[in-house]
Amino acid sequence: MSNTKVGAVADERPETPTAGLTIVPRSGRFRWVPVVIVLFLAAMLTESVLLNPRFEWPLVASYFFSPAILHGLATTVWLTVLCMTLGIALGIVIAVSRMSDIPIVSGFARLYIWFFRGTPILVQLIFWYNLAALFPELGFGIPFTGITFFQANTNHIVTPVTAAILGLALNEGAYMAEIVRAGISSVDDGQNEAARALGMTRLKAMRRIILPQAMRVIIPPTGNETIGMLKMTSLVSVIALSDLLYTAQSIYSRTFETIPLLLVCCCWYLLLTSVLSVIQGRIEAHYGRGIVRAGG
Amino acid sequence: MSAFMVEALDVRKSISNLDILRGVDFTVARGEVVSLIGPSGSGKSTFLRCINHLTKITGGYLSVDGELVGYRREGDKLYELGERETAAKRAEIGMVFQRFNLFAHKTAIENIIEAPVQVKGEKRKAATEHARGLLDKVGLAHKADAYPSELSGGQQQRIAIARALAMRPKLMLFDEPTSALDPELVGEVLEVMRGLVADGMTMIVVTHEMNFARDVCDRVAFMDEGRIVECTTPAELFDSPKTERARNFLSHVL
Repeated sequence: MSNTKVGAVADERPETPTAGLTIVPRSGRFRWVPVVIVLFLAAMLTESVLLNPRFEWPLVASYFFSPAILHGLATTVWLTVLCMTLGIALGIVIAVSRMSDIPIVSGFARLYIWFFRGTPILVQLIFWYNLAALFPELGFGIPFTGITFFQANTNHIVTPVTAAILGLALNEGAYMAEIVRAGISSVDDGQNEAARALGMTRLKAMRRIILPQAMRVIIPPTGNETIGMLKMTSLVSVIALSDLLYTAQSIYSRTFETIPLLLVCCCWYLLLTSVLSVIQGRIEAHYGRGIVRAGG
Repeated sequence: MSAFMVEALDVRKSISNLDILRGVDFTVARGEVVSLIGPSGSGKSTFLRCINHLTKITGGYLSVDGELVGYRREGDKLYELGERETAAKRAEIGMVFQRFNLFAHKTAIENIIEAPVQVKGEKRKAATEHARGLLDKVGLAHKADAYPSELSGGQQQRIAIARALAMRPKLMLFDEPTSALDPELVGEVLEVMRGLVADGMTMIVVTHEMNFARDVCDRVAFMDEGRIVECTTPAELFDSPKTERARNFLSHVL
């Protein structure tokens, strides 16, 4: 009796088909609208940039690989590499000092970061360039005693090149210090403790355990900084160092081909930043392998 | 050679005005296994960390294997040792942490050989061979190339024990080794620790695992408010605690 009753209830339930279901995505009837807008804007841009004879693209092409431009480009590239390298090294030292438990040391690091982040890089560059106005002679000795070990004329030491390296590297050191510090703080303190408990010195624990893990956090903003540095080197044109931009400027000040030469610069900068982005991606993938695994 | 592996006399530790250790007297003989139990905040972990100078004591006398930890004695003064000397002493004492602290960027076997190669200067090949033996001992030979994030908590802790053993320590410190584990993973870690006891390792274990303390340890020390209140055989402490505080604590945890 009861069995038939249960069966009857089951029979009354509306039939739910479980197979042969087809999923129909939303039709998206208006998806063509943004496509048309973008294509329209792209067409406008193409017409106004590529077909506008005043851009003088043939001239851009003729200057692109000219010896003067390539020489300026080389200066820009080695200046970027050198200043970034010095900046990163300086940044690590300042970051570790900033985290020191000796108040004078951490205080000095704070002061350094405060000053170099807080004043315009353009002013710093001009300042270094004109250092001779403040200190005609540069020397090394014991303060307040008059004892000197070494002395030289400032203008012999501070050339446009050294002024550029000093300005850019010291400034970059301040920014990198904060990036490195963020990276180091992102590593769990237990890592340091385990390393110390195994008999590692502070320095070895930093080098072998902390910094490699901090890299995950340090790399992306450092890539940003490198790209920023590449463009920031163009500021050295104000102290007459013949980088890419300064070279272009000195050409167009004679020939008045201002726009084409600036376009040459822009194209080179874009090309270099693209290369840097690819390199950054590779490095990130290398240090990110841990992170993908760290999902669990 | 001192009779004791660890000897603590009136060990004190305060941070600003807070007294964490208020005179700990404690000895551990060679080959002895002692567990430290007590309510949280009683100073168990702090005392354990003082033994390898991860935490600096602010008073008293503390020696491992007859030698002061982190200090050099001249007359009535204790001078803190340089970093290298302290590091060298720490290298002889193994430590296992509550949160494992495996090096996240290294595989299991790389974790184990890191300190022997970097600190002791062992040859990579010899260290790797030793490490494989240790992995086998903790039952994780098949996980040699796994990263910590690919391992369960119990497996990570077993690797951490192997990592400490790779330095051939004369003393092992365990800081709540099973407290961060899911209940079903506690057994495998305790199993490895039982193996160490069988090998005759001198061990100090801060733990909440009362069964482990009762079954495995030679003595159990009950700590409260920065002092060791009672230190005796497990049977005596668990079955007939002498102090009110120990009775009270045990009634809550057993």
